[in-house]
Amino acid sequence: MKRRFIIWVPLTVFVVFAIIFAIGLYAPVARTVPSALIGQSVPEFELAGALPGRPGLSSGSLRRGEPRVVNIFASWCIPCRAEAPQLEALARRGVPIDGIAVRDRPQDLAAFLTTYGDPFATIGADNDRQVQLNLGSAGVPETFVIDGQGIIRHQHIGAITNADVPAILAAWEAAR
Amino acid sequence: MIAEGGLAALWLAAALSLLQLFLGIAALRPGGAHLLRVVRPLAVAQGLLAALAFLILIWLFLRTDLSVQLVAANSHSAKPWLYKFAGSWGNHEGSMLLWVTVLAVAGAAVAALERRLRQDTLIATLAAQAAIALGFYAFLLMASNPFTRLSPVPVEGNGLNPLLQDPGLAFHPPTLYFGYVGISIAFSFAVGALVTRDVGPAFARAMRPWILAAWIFLTIGIVAGSYWAYYELGWGGWWFWDPVENASLMPWLAATALLHSVTVLATRDGLRAWTVMLAVVAFSMSMIGTFLVRSGILTSVHAFAVDPQRGAFILALLILYIGGALALFGLRIGTVKEGSQFDPVSREGALVANNLLLTVILGIVFVGTLYPLAVEAVTGEKLSVGPPYFNAAAGPVALVLVAIMGAGALLRWRSDRVKALGNRVLIPVLVTALAFAALLVFAPDAGILPLLGLSLAPGVAAASVAPLWKRNLRRTPIFIYGMVIAHLGIAVSMAGMAMESAFTKETLVAASPGQIAHVGDFSVRFDGVEPIAGPNWTAVEGRLTARRGENGREFQLRPQARMFSSPPTPTSEAAITTHWNGQLYVAIGEEDEQGRWQIRLWWKPFVTLIWFGGIMVALGGLLSLIGRLRRERKIAPKVDADAPAEPEAVPA
Repeated sequence: MKRRFIIWVPLTVFVVFAIIFAIGLYAPVARTVPSALIGQSVPEFELAGALPGRPGLSSGSLRRGEPRVVNIFASWCIPCRAEAPQLEALARRGVPIDGIAVRDRPQDLAAFLTTYGDPFATIGADNDRQVQLNLGSAGVPETFVIDGQGIIRHQHIGAITNADVPAILAAWEAAR
Repeated sequence: MIAEGGLAALWLAAALSLLQLFLGIAALRPGGAHLLRVVRPLAVAQGLLAALAFLILIWLFLRTDLSVQLVAANSHSAKPWLYKFAGSWGNHEGSMLLWVTVLAVAGAAVAALERRLRQDTLIATLAAQAAIALGFYAFLLMASNPFTRLSPVPVEGNGLNPLLQDPGLAFHPPTLYFGYVGISIAFSFAVGALVTRDVGPAFARAMRPWILAAWIFLTIGIVAGSYWAYYELGWGGWWFWDPVENASLMPWLAATALLHSVTVLATRDGLRAWTVMLAVVAFSMSMIGTFLVRSGILTSVHAFAVDPQRGAFILALLILYIGGALALFGLRIGTVKEGSQFDPVSREGALVANNLLLTVILGIVFVGTLYPLAVEAVTGEKLSVGPPYFNAAAGPVALVLVAIMGAGALLRWRSDRVKALGNRVLIPVLVTALAFAALLVFAPDAGILPLLGLSLAPGVAAASVAPLWKRNLRRTPIFIYGMVIAHLGIAVSMAGMAMESAFTKETLVAASPGQIAHVGDFSVRFDGVEPIAGPNWTAVEGRLTARRGENGREFQLRPQARMFSSPPTPTSEAAITTHWNGQLYVAIGEEDEQGRWQIRLWWKPFVTLIWFGGIMVALGGLLSLIGRLRRERKIAPKVDADAPAEPEAVPA
């Protein structure tokens, strides 16, 4: 009778997988992989101002009760030019935006802001990329929504397109 | 009107497949045998109509008929003609039409050419093939129509995914599909034989050439795909354990096992139930792969149709066909008599071991591919399974498998003595031991798997050639040469994999013009970059001058970072030069803020052996196929289910 039992094993295995396929097919699919840093506090950092006469950025200033958006960018980064209008749109809606300029030179940065707009309240100079890496960001541009207690609520990797603006705005509204 | 013609051909083919299915069932009833004369031409006509629909689609792509939605979404008038042609299967609907066409043409080929199978089994086989085709015609016509019109007609098309704009696209998908879908023949044969209870040596001999043919195409398709990924993606790897690569590997593993078990069935009438099971599993893996790629359930570089509706349709087909075949297997296999028995130490014993190990590897790949899906379905957690799992789990099993492959071909059928085997494998074992000792001395830090693989390869190569020892080479049957070359190819490919993994040298530099980088014994000077333009792309081309050793001849390397205009996508075109003992592989990345260019250099010793070995495996299959067909013709075509098993030539 042992043979009888073995005969039905393949069908049983297949049925189990068919059920898994069906669940996988109809389960709500989240196409984005959530960052491990969501829900974590921003690491401690202190960045000097990237432009003469403009304030820099520190982790303390992200814990003052008001949710803020932090944008990691650079004047040499081409996609950052593409997302500049979307950042301006966010700023017009009243979202305070801080910038972290990665490996930039003041004169290049000033030219970039003149050409593509300047939505930033403060801009910190991250010359050795340390703060960027500690924030869990691998490239430019990247954007974080941080609530009033300095907890990261949302991370956007890559340039912000028009389609991404509502999600970032919603995350910022939710953090208020 | 041309597109409507294609659609009509497809509908007509679907109708014929329905008719073929019903007439096939009717023909199996008592007194229905005369219907075979109708079923054969029906299957041929169905195949021709599907092929016609496919040719029409190619024609629409060649003339860039933008009133057809599929052409507008995936082609562009400024594309070179080769990519207009090959672009017809570089998308979901077109490749699905190719899929169905191969299915129908394979069925037509069986109907037209198969003469040795028992008549009722042939009818049942053709009915099964028609049943599969019917479901996939329905999928095409209802959920993936390639001939849908578009109104208003756009002035220009969207263009083809630039990663696919490569001669590889013209070659890899059709060959792969001929194997991947052609193996459906084995599935239908198995279902047919279960229906008529005709599982025996005559059935196995009839099925073997079809399996071989599909397996040859599948092997070539996988080898071509591997080389394409190697030079096109610019990552320097040749296998990524991507879900879709696995989807082509799993049918190959099952078909390889099947190829060997069908030989046991044909020669010794053993492994009846197992062979039928493998035949069902091989094409089931193809169908599951199709489901994985086209449902969007797993993310992969190959995934095109992210659409749960389509996924649900294919899942329904899977449940119908695989579930049906496995249920039929459960119900009927008990009535199939046990085949003849054999000793553990025998050719059959080694083939059983080979089958079990191939199945274990298949299981490892299957579990690794679907584990993320299962975990997400049960706990909602997201994870991914990567090369570390596959290499660590499948690698050791593959090494044992290859070792048994070397010894198995030296065993006699039915029963053999361990001591006799010991004498025959003496030289291969010595060769392996020597290689192992040499590697321990000269390359002690190669890593354990590459070390074992590299020591095993020469021994297995020697064992593979051993069946020709003391034979009259001119009178040796061609299929023996086929086996020898295929097994040798495995050893060659394994040597390539081991050396690539153990001895690859990699250098990443951010280079300013004039800077010299070193990789292996090459020194490479970065001379600068030039902008260049192609037919539908622009590129930044790196100019590099390389030299081997101190006084080697200088040669140019020109890797490109291409930007395609429609759709706008960057791709990397690596510069690869082949040397007698390996390849120098150079890819250029982006310019950084200081005006330096990222350049990645690899020296990959003997990497070409991987694909060269793969081609030898396919060539061995081809020789085996030719040899079998010639022998069958010599034995005179007769339809005799109870012909005595002819013992195969055994090496001395």
